Order: sequence, then structure tokens, then C-alpha cells
Amino acid sequence: MPTIDLAKTPLRELNAALHRLTPNGRELWRVLNPRGQHSVVAGIDAPVTVEIDGHVGYYCAGMNKQATVVVNGNAGQGVAENMMSGQVRVRGDASQAAGATGCGGLLVIDGNASARCGISMKGIDIVVKGSVGHLSGFMAQAGNLVILGNAGEALGDSLYEANLYLRGNVKGLGADCIEKPLRDEHKSTLVRLLNAAGVGNEVDVNSFRRYGSARSLYHFHIDNVGRY
Amino acid sequence: MCGIVGLYLKDAGLQSELGALTRTMLGALCDRGPDSAGFAVYGTEIPGHVKLTLRARKQFDWEQALRQLTDISGTPRRETIRDTHAVVAVPVNKEVAIRAQIERTGGVDIVGSGRRMEIFKEIGRPDRVAERFGLAQMTGTHAIGHTRMATESAVTTNGAHPFTTGPDQCLVHNGSLSNHNAVRRELIRNGLSFQTENDTEVAAGYMTWKIREGASLDQALNAMLGELDGFYTFVVGTESGFGVLRDPIACKPAVMAETDRWVAFGTEYRALVDLPGVENAKVWEPEPARVYRWERC
Repeated sequence: MPTIDLAKTPLRELNAALHRLTPNGRELWRVLNPRGQHSVVAGIDAPVTVEIDGHVGYYCAGMNKQATVVVNGNAGQGVAENMMSGQVRVRGDASQAAGATGCGGLLVIDGNASARCGISMKGIDIVVKGSVGHLSGFMAQAGNLVILGNAGEALGDSLYEANLYLRGNVKGLGADCIEKPLRDEHKSTLVRLLNAAGVGNEVDVNSFRRYGSARSLYHFHIDNVGRY
Repeated sequence: MCGIVGLYLKDAGLQSELGALTRTMLGALCDRGPDSAGFAVYGTEIPGHVKLTLRARKQFDWEQALRQLTDISGTPRRETIRDTHAVVAVPVNKEVAIRAQIERTGGVDIVGSGRRMEIFKEIGRPDRVAERFGLAQMTGTHAIGHTRMATESAVTTNGAHPFTTGPDQCLVHNGSLSNHNAVRRELIRNGLSFQTENDTEVAAGYMTWKIREGASLDQALNAMLGELDGFYTFVVGTESGFGVLRDPIACKPAVMAETDRWVAFGTEYRALVDLPGVENAKVWEPEPARVYRWERC
């Protein structure tokens, strides 16, 4: 198991070593002393597991493909930004824009996420066990944002086709974001994501409300989608 | 960009390390603000005295200027010269006369005053600015520092943070205000004066005005939420306290950490990584539009 101490090894060396991994490399890597540095383990494209002990700075595990990244600490802005696949787990809190523009994979935040969680998400699934700040799910296009706690102001502002699931209270909904029925297909999505986040047994899917787009702000009308 | 650090000590045993800890925090944020740097340190009070922080050009003849002040104060000289700045402790009852003398002395400005606050700022890389002033050797109860990437006004020493507009009060800012000209005019009508065209000085002036009108630090910061428009993370210092305020949209980053020995603020967590015991500290992001403050009884 490679162990990299970032107090001794430059961050660029660690990231370059991870970028050299072949698609079948399945090792477990450990990273020590990240000391709030930015872009820790960004850009991996291999099915490795990386455990990071400590708080990380901005853009940790950005653009992640295939890898499983665990942060045993807090994450700064833009954790798992533009993730393509794989899984990123933050054991502490995440700062703003967690999972921003993510196209796939699963981001789990054990603590709270601050403002703009899941901004412009494009297919990523995000589970936040705590609460999220204002403007979460802003312009979210696809994927699922599951919030076990509360949401701040303007949840789902200018939302496209992502689904937002909220168990707690919301301070206010953003423009074009409305509550929608929680049907069986949504409950099964919730079961899958809560299980993946390790809380399937603790959380009742019926305690969630679903929010989605009223589809009145689109530049195209969704009912016409087949004609494009 | 810009970077802010703040450190408030709860454990008196750390007071001898305040300057060294603050220097390390400031140095970590050099790349967020390479234009200029500054810091305010709340050190030991000398009973019956007020500390004036003076600033002059490089190679200024402090000796001669300070001799004239001693003649007025009639007490033994209490001063520390640090590069372009000098901190002079003068008897409270001689402050007016000494201020008048300083104003007559060409080339010297009073840049801060208070019972405990000393303030230093210059253009240049923050780690070098800290070195020039000997920050690492300073002691005290709390300190606030700033690394500036200029946006709203020129890169000058006067445009460097912290800004101080009242005794023992200072403020540092990450962001930019959009209604500072209107607020400045209003404050001038209320008797405040300003040294620069800088937006941050207006925020400092507003805090000073509210406190002068009887507001607590908490009330002053809450009033700023309503009056100031723009992007801001503020960290403020008073004789006894330390406060943090972020704008409601929270555009500018902020991290706080607390142990039973200290409370610290950093624009990024990188600024906090060398604080003693940080690995077990409570670390969190301050909420938008919420006043955080710590004050000594």
C-alpha cells in the first residue's frame, strides 16, 4: 500500500503518480498531511482507493474517474468538482460548490455542505448527511441531490432536470423550483443512494420531499424534446 | 483574492507566541495577496498611556522627531521603532499636545492609536513585510492580518489593510463594496474623516461610528449587514475582542477553528495548519450573514 506524506512529498509528485496508474490498478493509497493544499488527488482515472488523513483545500478529487477517494477531514471549495465516475466521501464538512458540474459517480458528505452544493450538476449523485447552504442545486441539470438535513435559501434555483430530495426544512425555494410527488421510482432511487451512502437502514425514504423544475424557465419546452 | 488571518488567544500562556503564530498564518496566504500586507497586534497596555503608531518614509530620522515628543510628554521615552513605523506610548493627558506636534512634524503620519493596538502595513510581499516589522517577536492577546490583491484602489501603503478609524479598532476585508461612496458621504456628514478613497476604510469608519453612537461590537456588525452592499468577509479587532462577518451571499471564502486555547480565522485552512493543536480543533466554515465574536470580560 503506497503511503504518501505530503509534508515530505510535493503534491505534484503524488498527483502525477496517480495519473500514471493503469486502468486495472486497484491498490489502496494513503495520503498524510494534506494541510489544506488545493487539488489533492485531482484527475485520477483508475479504480484505486485513496484515503486522505486530514483537511484538504479546494478541488480535492476534481474530475475523478473510477477512483474511490475518502477524506478523513473537511474539504474546501469544489470537492469532486466535475467528477465523471467513482466515489468521493468526505467524513467531515465540505465547503462551497461541492460536486459542482459533476457528470457521474457518487459524492457522500458525512457532515454539512455549505453554499451552492451541486451547482450545475450534470448527472452526479450527491448525498449530504447534514445540511446544505444557500443556492444548492443551482441550475442543476441531471442527477440526484439527497439532503438528510436542512437546505438554505433558494434551493434549486433555475433548476433543469435534476431531482432534489430533502428530509429537513428549506428556507426558501429558488426560481422555477417546486415540490413534486415522491413516486415509487423516486423511492427506489433514494433506497439505492442511501444504501450506497451507508445509511439505508437508518433513514426512511418516506420522510423525504422531492423538488424539481416547474419547467417554465427553459429556453426549450420539455414537451417538445422529441422534436429536437 | 486577498487573504485574511485572525488569531484570538484564550490561553494567556500563548501570548508570547502571538506574533510568531500570526507571521506563519500570514506567510501561508502570500499568494492570495502579494501587493501589500498589514497587521494589528493587541499588546500590553501601559496604564495611563495611549499608544500612537507613527509611520514615516524609509531612513527617516526618528531620533530627532521622537526627542521633540519627549520634551512635550515630560516622561521617560517609551517607543519602539520598527522599520518605517514607530510605536510611541504617551501619557493620556498629553495626547492632544503630542498629536499637534506630530502634525507639525513633516513626513510623519499617525496611522493608529489605542490603549493596546499597534498597527503596521506596507506594500510588498506579506512574508517580507512581516520580517521588516519583526512580527514574529511581537506579543499580545489577539492579532489580525491581511494580504492584499488590490482591486478597488491603488497599491499604496495607505491602501493596505488593516484600516483603523477609531481607538483600538481595526478592520480587514476580503471583497469589494459597491455603495462605499454613498456611505462615506453619510459618515463624513456625521463627523468622520477618511484618509483614502478605499472601500474598506468606509467599512471601518462605519463600525467606528456605530460604536461611538453606543453600539456593542455585536450590534455594530449586525448594522453593517444592513448598510453595506457588496462582497465582504470582515475580520475586526477591538481592545477586548475579535469579530467575523460574511456577506449574505458568502462570495469570499472563510474558515474558522477553535480549541480551548485559541480561536482562529483564515481565508483558507492552509493559514491554520501550524497552530498548536489544530489537528484536534473544531474546524468550520462561518455561516453567511451571521456575526461571530469573542470578547474578553
